Amino acid sequence: MSWSSLIPATSFMPIQATEIAKEVDLLYAFLIIASLVSFVILIGGMTWFLIKFKRTSLDQKSAYITHNNFAEFLWSFIPLIIMMGIFYWGMVIFEKLRTPPEDIAAEIHVTGEQWAWTYRYANGKEFYSSANDPMIVPAGKATKLVLTSKDVIHSFYVPAFRTKQDAVPGKLTQLWFEPKQPGEYIVFCTEYCGTKHSGMMIKIKAIPSEEYAAWYHAEKKGADSPADLGKTLFAQKACASCHSIDGSRIVGPTMKGLFGSGRKFADGSQTKADENYLRESILVSSAKIVEGYPPAMPVFQGQLSDEDVANLIEYIKSIK
Amino acid sequence: MSSAHTKTEHGHSTDHNYLNHGSGIWSWMTTLDHKRIGLMYFATVSTLFLIGGFFALGIRLHLAKFGAEPLLQPDTYNKFMTFHGAIMVFMVIIPGIPAFLGNFVLPIQLGAKDVAFPRLNLASYYIFIAGAAIAASSMIFNQVDTGWTFYTPYSTAKTSNGVILLVLGAFTMGFSSILTGLNFIVTTHKLRAPGMTMDRIPLMIWALYSTSIIQILATPILAITLLLIGAEKTLGVGIFDPDLGGDPVLFQHFFWFYSHPAVYIMILPAMGVISELITAFSKKTIFGYRAIAYSSVAIAAVSFLVWGHHMFVSGQSTLAGIIFSIITMFVGVPTAIKLFNWISTMYRGTVTFEAPMLFALGFMFLFTIGGLTGVFLASTGMDVHFHDTYFVVAHFHYVMVGGTLMALMGGIFYWFPKMFGRMTSDLGGRISWVLIFTGFNVTFFPQFVLGAMGMPRRYFDYLPEYTNLNQISTVGSWLIGLGFLVGLITIIHGIFKGEKASDNPWGAKTLEWQTSSPPPHENFINTPTVTAGPYDFR
Repeated sequence: MSWSSLIPATSFMPIQATEIAKEVDLLYAFLIIASLVSFVILIGGMTWFLIKFKRTSLDQKSAYITHNNFAEFLWSFIPLIIMMGIFYWGMVIFEKLRTPPEDIAAEIHVTGEQWAWTYRYANGKEFYSSANDPMIVPAGKATKLVLTSKDVIHSFYVPAFRTKQDAVPGKLTQLWFEPKQPGEYIVFCTEYCGTKHSGMMIKIKAIPSEEYAAWYHAEKKGADSPADLGKTLFAQKACASCHSIDGSRIVGPTMKGLFGSGRKFADGSQTKADENYLRESILVSSAKIVEGYPPAMPVFQGQLSDEDVANLIEYIKSIK
Repeated sequence: MSSAHTKTEHGHSTDHNYLNHGSGIWSWMTTLDHKRIGLMYFATVSTLFLIGGFFALGIRLHLAKFGAEPLLQPDTYNKFMTFHGAIMVFMVIIPGIPAFLGNFVLPIQLGAKDVAFPRLNLASYYIFIAGAAIAASSMIFNQVDTGWTFYTPYSTAKTSNGVILLVLGAFTMGFSSILTGLNFIVTTHKLRAPGMTMDRIPLMIWALYSTSIIQILATPILAITLLLIGAEKTLGVGIFDPDLGGDPVLFQHFFWFYSHPAVYIMILPAMGVISELITAFSKKTIFGYRAIAYSSVAIAAVSFLVWGHHMFVSGQSTLAGIIFSIITMFVGVPTAIKLFNWISTMYRGTVTFEAPMLFALGFMFLFTIGGLTGVFLASTGMDVHFHDTYFVVAHFHYVMVGGTLMALMGGIFYWFPKMFGRMTSDLGGRISWVLIFTGFNVTFFPQFVLGAMGMPRRYFDYLPEYTNLNQISTVGSWLIGLGFLVGLITIIHGIFKGEKASDNPWGAKTLEWQTSSPPPHENFINTPTVTAGPYDFR
């Protein structure tokens, strides 16, 4: 890979803090070299023709050439092949960027607002972004973020990880990364969000995973974990009258082992039960009716806050 | 001499032409002559360009951080950024070539007396003026800071009501765009001179024709989207606002369904101009006429299927991202075809380097860089890093400004003798070119590097490590400004003091050069008859 090592060194890309960053930079190196070659062929060829065929006298005649099928086929077909290759290479990286691994060491709910981020850990630790409170994550292990926004669209961008995801109000999106080394990495907001858009920065601090475990379990900030709060809410809203937590069938599907399982719907479509699916089913249950169950659940849209929903989801996740 | 044979009577240019056909301001304001309407767009668009340029220089000056105190406050900066984008996109680059050069050139190139619907053409101009006035009023009454993309729910729920004015202005200008497109399509089909078959129309017309199709099909989508923003803001209908059960990403689908094709509304006419310039200044038949013509239509068709590449990180599904990525890659092929054909046209030609040709070559240089960096962004895995950074800013300025404005300048200097019957100073044009071309690269090339380093776009402030490149970029922007100033002086000087132009100063073959400079009121004394292709340099 000697050719490729030349480029990242001079490409001004940020440090490669993840394995994926290396893969992105390899594609970047290839694209730069391919672009340079294309540029030399096109503009170099043009310049050569300009010098060679500069008009020198007034009565000079131009050649009469209208087209050349073979040349035209080649310069349509070769770019097509190259672009399909680049498409495929980009797609492979994209799927890795978008598919979190099975073993997630830390999962953090991140909420954007004008102009700050809040991050909440599964055990209830909660931080409002400020210079003193970086987002603590374990180094060498995968972290998954579940993103949303309170007001307008924001975007969570970590240049050192080469990854980015919009945080959209009314929706949950996700992002994952695995920083190789302990260190501090800057996070920008990249979706224009108003006056202090450029000031909406935080830092991610990756610490050795043993340290992380100690930090995570040390004095909780919140009184109850989101899952605990969700459990209380589950009881208050009488969810248990229709949804069992032990696997037995009542009116609606059981919550046991629900998260991450495949769902089949009355209209024949299928999906995996992720955060967004749970959110939608809690708020507007009629959107997707699980095959074999009646569309009996009331609509909770407008009755539950985003935080309530996040807590319920955490509780459902804990029912294994 | 010409196989595109015409029977025009010469020697009339000094006595009677469209410029002195009727005098006084009223004769201009009520004119139905496409040439005069074209010039009125020229004056209007140039004025708007100066305003948009003022905001651009303000943005760059602020970002250079030369003083200890920031030049602008965050709110003011965001408004500068919004007005720069909205003016340049909706009021300069989109109407620039079609409404101004297209209006002037299209009927003459077809050998027609005027466009198919002259009154509609004049109405289109006034609709454009009305739209621009409504949009401009938002600068005075209720300033907007959303950026030209008006993303919801920021635009609907979190900012001033000025958005309604700006959006209403863009909505109104959309009608102008649709009606001009309609006029061009009908004119192309119905008013071609005897003997001018569809494979004998100049490539400028093919480009304008493809553009018109996009304008007619895509602009209504924008109109509806902008109306919905207005409805959302005034009535709270809840289509885009998640608090009311709406979907903010739906707005992005609607918006880009227009605005991506709009990118080709900007660049296709520019490609048309370049096709004319390259063949005229190489004095050689264009290489691959059909390939260039059909690639314009192909670009127009594919342009409708790629909007989702603006949304790879918006939360749309991974599969959608992948599908939009592969379709976007297809756009590269017809674009490459055009570049190869233009370069081949120079092969064994006899090339000269007057100012219009320099702008055409500048276009090729800048558009190649813009096109190649577009491949970076079309690749999903790569775009995740570059999305909404300065890399994107650099890329689309290379395509839209480097491409469209270079072509616009080249087109102005090329058709200037026909418009005013006088020549511009070639030296003036060349100096303008050197300044714009150099300044452009100094301004925007560093922004690719800033993007790779991670600097996001639309930033009022940035990390210290981005400072040097930003300062270089700002210095470049002054060169661009100076270049356009020299260009403006050259043009004004040409109008009043330029040498008298002959009917065909460049020795070009298309029909507009077969009539006098400036042309008579109805373009030709006798309707020309066409017997060969448009670029028959034999």
